[in-house]
Amino acid sequence: MNIKTFSIGGIHPDENKLTHEVATKVAALPKQAIFPLSQHIGAPAKPVVQKGDRVKVGTLIAEAGGFVSAPIFSSVSGSVLKIDTAIDATGYRKPVIIISVEGDEWEETIDRSDKLETVESHPELTPEEIVTRIKDAGVVGMGGACFPTFIKLTPPPTAKAECVIINAVECEPYITADYRLMMEKADEILVGLELLMMAAKVTTGYIGIETNKPAAIELLMKKVEEKFNSQSSVFNVSVVPLKQRYPQGGEKQLVDAVIQRQVPAPPAIPVNVGAIVQNVGTAYAVYEAVMKHKPLFERYTTVTGKNLQNPGNFLVRMGTPMKDLIDACGGMPEGDNKLLAGGPMMGKALTSVEVPICKGTNSVTIISGDEARRKEPQPCIRCAKCVWVCPMGLEPYLLAKLSEVKNWERAEREDIVNCIECGSCQFTCPAHRPLLDNIRQGKSTVMGIIRSRTAK
Amino acid sequence: MYGVIIALMPAMLASFFFFGLGSVIVTATSVAACCFFEWAICKYILKKKENTLLDGSAVITGLLLAFNLPSNLPIWIILIGALFAIGVAKMTFGGLGNNIFNPALVGRAALLVAFPAQMTTWPKIGQWDTYLDAETGATPLSVINWAIRSGDASVLEQLPSSFDLFLGNHSGGAGAMGEICALALLFGLAFMLYEKIITWHIPVSILGTAFVFSGLLHLASPIYPDPLSVLLTGGIMLGAIFMATDYVTSPMTPKGQIIYGVAIGFLTIVIRNWGAYPEGMSFAILIMNAFTPLINNYVKPTRFGEVAK
Repeated sequence: MNIKTFSIGGIHPDENKLTHEVATKVAALPKQAIFPLSQHIGAPAKPVVQKGDRVKVGTLIAEAGGFVSAPIFSSVSGSVLKIDTAIDATGYRKPVIIISVEGDEWEETIDRSDKLETVESHPELTPEEIVTRIKDAGVVGMGGACFPTFIKLTPPPTAKAECVIINAVECEPYITADYRLMMEKADEILVGLELLMMAAKVTTGYIGIETNKPAAIELLMKKVEEKFNSQSSVFNVSVVPLKQRYPQGGEKQLVDAVIQRQVPAPPAIPVNVGAIVQNVGTAYAVYEAVMKHKPLFERYTTVTGKNLQNPGNFLVRMGTPMKDLIDACGGMPEGDNKLLAGGPMMGKALTSVEVPICKGTNSVTIISGDEARRKEPQPCIRCAKCVWVCPMGLEPYLLAKLSEVKNWERAEREDIVNCIECGSCQFTCPAHRPLLDNIRQGKSTVMGIIRSRTAK
Repeated sequence: MYGVIIALMPAMLASFFFFGLGSVIVTATSVAACCFFEWAICKYILKKKENTLLDGSAVITGLLLAFNLPSNLPIWIILIGALFAIGVAKMTFGGLGNNIFNPALVGRAALLVAFPAQMTTWPKIGQWDTYLDAETGATPLSVINWAIRSGDASVLEQLPSSFDLFLGNHSGGAGAMGEICALALLFGLAFMLYEKIITWHIPVSILGTAFVFSGLLHLASPIYPDPLSVLLTGGIMLGAIFMATDYVTSPMTPKGQIIYGVAIGFLTIVIRNWGAYPEGMSFAILIMNAFTPLINNYVKPTRFGEVAK
């Protein structure tokens, strides 16, 4: 087996996949569900319900607030308690819709059966129809970035899509939600991939999986062989085993690893080199949206941590507070804990357990004890380890320094906006310097400067 | 940091084995003095809250300074060298991470200029119980130097065999303490590469350049020694493995490190063959230390997505 990987940098964090073999459980319904209006990249959604309105599971509660935006659907039945603000996964107070839960009544249009729907029995599905259904169901990238999926499927006229790459890498430590999804819903994912390829008008598809998930590689290879590689199939799909290395799940790294093409610096996107990358969770959401008329209101999420009693994987309704899930795993451990939305590398530390699960929440990670504490930073000895591991070929020590001294002009010249914020530099720094913290601040300032310059 | 100290151990033990009592006194004095100056300057002059003594860098400087000295150097001269290394080359620039020049080499260069006689008389090996009274002799490097100056290739016949040079086992004056045994230094290199403390770029580019350049000279005229002897004499191994690879004073990108290494290898041979001193390694490294900020400024890693040239 020829095992590929990306070309520059990368690290090997401890994988800590505690929940690999823990089958997914359906999480209990919350008493109250909280829906932030901004769960995606782009304009926040606009509420279409008012206080007191009755909603069912799958009712539209907020419509897209612009072209780059996505609608939001209720994941519970009940009545709208209020439209208010609450702390979401960004750590800020943001507008939310709060629904108090009564019963579990679904919209009639949703097909709740387990029957596998295939494209062959739905001749009405044109590329345009698929894109419309994906857009109307509020599907966004499920790997964490939450970019509206339909936009990726309609590339600008200057670029031509050649293939769809399914991101099943899950290189972030601890998280196993995508793995469980692959093991439990492989057929649905492949139909989702087929729909994505039809929508993008391509016939080539890849599924990139790291070799620490041999069971998933084997299962998907078998299913792909059965489904696509008969002589009558127009599609050419292959499962690509990838050498375990972080941040392989980064979109640009994955494209590089799978088809050996490097996406140029921003504003270029993967489709500029012919690739449309979709997370495996997104492929599943696309299947449900198109074939089952089920909008995006639930997802697979890992709840994990070394000190957690029963870490697990859950099929969870969005809007469920993290506290409910943590309680279902045995409650918050004793002592000092750090709560993360996401994994330890890219996750965001939260100040409240009341933060709801959103479209992009692939895991709730609890880091305990000494691991939760930052070590005291020491002077930089210019060992250049950060330069070696940076997957974008940047110089993190320099970008962090330039951000510290606010030399934005030079930071822009040194390509600070290319940073994908993977945190490899900070992970590897022997002096425990807060490299990524400084670079993030610098990057957002420089991006602001670039925006205001082009706006003039 | 402590990995480097472990990597220096084989060479230190080799120097104890070949030079005996003198080398133990010089090493102990140098390490103790460097640590003392680090601690005292931190506490009384910079008045830093946290003392940087325990980060291990002063121990490395002390060891490397000792490696660059003859084993019969009086204690008071070693103290001046340590003060220069830690006090002038390191702490005046702001301490660990901020110095431009390799502290141990600055210490050595200062002593070489101030005490040229004491710094260029080298004890012969195998004198276990001598210190200041050790018998001295001409080193292989001064033999080479003599051959080039006199234009008489037959002088080179006095050089020990490459195998003896490799082990450090020969009867002439033996040069600085740390340089004596190439084998021990290579053990240190292997350890540092295995532990990923350093990468191959700097040592290989220095040794490769020195080998090729001196090889071409040897082919052109027999008064120049064969390239293998060049690599096994003087401080070239010590410098390429431990001094030029100092994190703080070497470039940060692979391309930059190769430029730096090639320049050091080239300059070393130039200084050795046509300069006033028989040894050029330490000056070559110091010169390239000065160029390191410039190299860091202009030599960038290949960015992801940059069109391949």
